[in-house]
Amino acid sequence: MIPELGNFSLMLALCLALVQGTLPIAGSFRGNERWMALARPTATGQFVFASIALACLIYSFINNDFSVLNVASNSNSTLPVYYRFAASWGSHEGSLLLWTWMLVMWTFAVSLFSRQLPDETIARVLGVMGLVTVGFLTFMLFTSNPFDRLLPAAADGRDLNPLLQDFGMIIHPPLLYMGYVGFSVAFSFAIAALIGGKLDAAWARWSRPWTLVAWMFLTLGIFMGSFWAYYELGWGGWWFWDAVENASFMPWLVGTALIHSLAVTEKRGSFKNWTVLLAIVTFSLSLLGTFLVRSGVLTSVHAFATDPERGLFILIFLVIVIGGSLTLYAWRAPKVGLGGRFSAFSRESMLLVNNVLLLAAAGTVLLGTMYPLFLDALNLGKISVGPPYFEAVFVPLMIPVLLLMALGPFVRWKDSSVSDLLRRLRLIALGTLLFAVAAALLFAPSPMVVVGVTLSAWILLATASHLLQRLRLAPAGTPLSRRITSQPRSYWGMLVAHAGIAVFVIGVTLVKGMETSNEVSMRVGDTTSAGGYTFLLTKLEEIKGPNYVAEQGTFEVTYGDTKIATMRPQKRLYKVQNMPMTEAAIHRRFTRDLYVSMGEAGNDGAWIVRVQHKPFISWIWAGCLIMAFGGGLAASDRRYRMASRKREQLAKQPASGTEPVNATL
Amino acid sequence: MKRFLLPLGLFIALVVFLGVGLGLNPREVPSPFIDKPAPAFQLAQLHAPDQTISPQDMLGKVWLLNVFASWCVSCRVEHPVFMDLARQNVVPIVGLNYKDKRDAGIAWLNQFGNPYSVSAFDSDGRIGIDYGVYGVPETFVIDKLGVIRMKHIGPVSPEALTDKILPLIKELNRV
Repeated sequence: MIPELGNFSLMLALCLALVQGTLPIAGSFRGNERWMALARPTATGQFVFASIALACLIYSFINNDFSVLNVASNSNSTLPVYYRFAASWGSHEGSLLLWTWMLVMWTFAVSLFSRQLPDETIARVLGVMGLVTVGFLTFMLFTSNPFDRLLPAAADGRDLNPLLQDFGMIIHPPLLYMGYVGFSVAFSFAIAALIGGKLDAAWARWSRPWTLVAWMFLTLGIFMGSFWAYYELGWGGWWFWDAVENASFMPWLVGTALIHSLAVTEKRGSFKNWTVLLAIVTFSLSLLGTFLVRSGVLTSVHAFATDPERGLFILIFLVIVIGGSLTLYAWRAPKVGLGGRFSAFSRESMLLVNNVLLLAAAGTVLLGTMYPLFLDALNLGKISVGPPYFEAVFVPLMIPVLLLMALGPFVRWKDSSVSDLLRRLRLIALGTLLFAVAAALLFAPSPMVVVGVTLSAWILLATASHLLQRLRLAPAGTPLSRRITSQPRSYWGMLVAHAGIAVFVIGVTLVKGMETSNEVSMRVGDTTSAGGYTFLLTKLEEIKGPNYVAEQGTFEVTYGDTKIATMRPQKRLYKVQNMPMTEAAIHRRFTRDLYVSMGEAGNDGAWIVRVQHKPFISWIWAGCLIMAFGGGLAASDRRYRMASRKREQLAKQPASGTEPVNATL
Repeated sequence: MKRFLLPLGLFIALVVFLGVGLGLNPREVPSPFIDKPAPAFQLAQLHAPDQTISPQDMLGKVWLLNVFASWCVSCRVEHPVFMDLARQNVVPIVGLNYKDKRDAGIAWLNQFGNPYSVSAFDSDGRIGIDYGVYGVPETFVIDKLGVIRMKHIGPVSPEALTDKILPLIKELNRV
């Protein structure tokens, strides 16, 4: 009964999405207010029904309803209840429902927080989101229904893939999908603007907070995936340039470019065409990621069980959504105009360079990801593209991005002078240079480490200096607390996010450049070492978990004569799928992780053990969290809320940004 | 106008590749072992530790070498396919019990049925390395002269068997 209720809710949601995707848009052209007014209630209705559907699926999982195929294939009665909950999105079908539910939730959120938008705009924005929802609901109902029955019911389920039985499974997919789907808002605003032919500062202003929130979630989602892979997969890596990792990274790169481009469009009216294109491309890459995971065209650890019929359906969907948007773009964009002019050296030009570099970086990632497919399709052989390619092309593109990132905030809009910039930055440049020399002496054998930490120091120093210079601008006698609170949150957001990048880069370069590891065969009583730490295997024992048995090693870790930690890695065997899993033991400190994992059992009680010393790896995670926090700060800027209130007061006056848009056309 | 069409053009090119890609299998990697003599080995049999089995013993016959293990989940998926094939009695199937424990391997075959005319016991996986095994199950088609003619990675589906493996065996038997 419950699964049928879920199924029925999905059908109702699809009907509402069809209404939402057609009548309000048509109404916006015919001036039919009744049709336009349908946009909001249909969004609410879809949200209610999609929530019911998701709740039904979760209910079926938690209550072990093995008459539902999806539950029987991805859950088991011995699975702890929180994993049964997370197993709801452990399969292709379930994750698609989660995706769709989030899309509907974003639509609902837009319908709630858009009272200040003109009726035509909101009708078109919600209409476009409704059309995307139609695509996903149709896909789900016709090829991947999460509520399909299995009759007669299975006695027990086949269990959730043990790799997914982790806390990460509970939060990683929702965070990531929130990010992916969140970009649908910026996309819909862009399409609505193209349809209406009105691309102004107000459009950019409306898009900004939504884009920032989506970007924040995507950052957190990617971070969580990387962090999870690090502790769960047992080899101590945190990024493998796997096709699906890349699929999440490309929208992140282009989304980052979009955030910056939106700022220019809002403040200066420039880059309009470019911003629209970025909004389309960002969401298109999110959809492409969905295609790559579910169609089986590329190999990946993330790939769901594949089915060519599904692949074809998504490909057609991509052609309609992306192809349609880009056609609309090619048709309407030439009429948009260029907006405010700027000189070759200005904040605009700096941001343009940043945009181009980020897009080029996304392009290289796309090329590397698709290259095996290109060659295979052209019958030129089978290859796989690994980390060496990505590191070789990605790092050189990121170095100028990092260099310019620190400069950007110092450069003035429209026209800036190099001499002024040099004056404001000379101390910072000198400080960075001294730091580089010190770093070169310290890390002599590793030039990449020197470059990495120097760039990070450059960003941190410049960011701090920018803040100090800005705080000093207030009239004399202003107390420090007042000076700090008078800065807008979007400004703090930028500083924090940039600092996050610096922290992240420190982590990445130090881990890559200085990690050490040791892989040996050990028996009880043997020792090995990594990074100056000594690991003594004192005990091997068998442990029983709820749905697995494990061999557990106990390691006493010492540094010189100091006792550091007792670490207990496990090799688990999950009983239902008979699948071995490595549970690494990790000892975290501010400046390093120790990582012990057990490989294969050898003869007569010996185990292959891998011990690793990873300097500053926590800085990678910290950097991501700081970046995401910065995004959240910027999204919560008063301006976005203020502007909406002001516009309500001004009622029928045409909306525009608070800062004058320079109309030098 | 033209430059605004550029993104659309790039996208169309991408779609063409994705469309072609749907019909391809990225997991199908050509093996360097194809058309090379099957690496020699002399292993103890799984059921009779005092007797050995070697590719030499199979000379003059077209045969299948199937790499399996009791810990391998996908092996269970393809197992019914081999049980069927063994019943038809068209080709001898030799099992290579890979990185397994002897009693676990035997128990597994007792539980699910034994399609193999004989199984070699490769406890430390050394022979697997010689054969370039990187995913279990894997299946090799070896001709009368002891040359590997085909390698299938992952579980053999009924379609793969009827569309690829059986026609090849028929052709090889004709020579």
